[in-house]
Amino acid sequence: MDASSTGIQEPFDLIRLSLSERVFVKLRGDRQLSGVLHAYDGHMNLILSDVEETIMIVDVDEEVQPGAQRTVNVAKRKMDMLFVRGDGVILVSPPSRT
Amino acid sequence: MVHQQVTVELKNDLSITGVLKSVDQFLNIRLDNIKVLDEARHPHMMAVKNCFIRGSVVRYVQLPGDHVDTQLLEDATRREALNQAKR
Repeated sequence: MDASSTGIQEPFDLIRLSLSERVFVKLRGDRQLSGVLHAYDGHMNLILSDVEETIMIVDVDEEVQPGAQRTVNVAKRKMDMLFVRGDGVILVSPPSRT
Repeated sequence: MVHQQVTVELKNDLSITGVLKSVDQFLNIRLDNIKVLDEARHPHMMAVKNCFIRGSVVRYVQLPGDHVDTQLLEDATRREALNQAKR
């Protein structure tokens, strides 16, 4: 498969081909989203539907000791339709084509 | 999307629900009849009735899903991508 047959010439084409598919988005602030991609622009502003957001919250125990225990709490929530501002986006991953 | 009820989540974790009045080129947002979702954490916002939000501090905007034409969005995005590629 060369570039001309897949229609991929630039990175955004990979995202374009993921329109109306479920994508994984990694965001600043230890957040990640999974949702169906409906729109994007050059800033990577995104519109996703049926979104699940996962927020990683790391609690460092108060006691200072070598190898202090760290527990990772995961907060999840679901949203119907979401606009995501592009400046928070780290990566957009297309659905696994298996 | 104007005059719809939306929830704007800011980068400082403040979430504001209100009626969307307008959006500009910087994605600055004007909201009317606002309500802060977590009033216990942000009691000082209770007096504020409408506001103007600088676009750069926005993390998310939660939209009413049944008012969004997803097919229209996808077509518009493909058209936009094509225009960008031509440059």
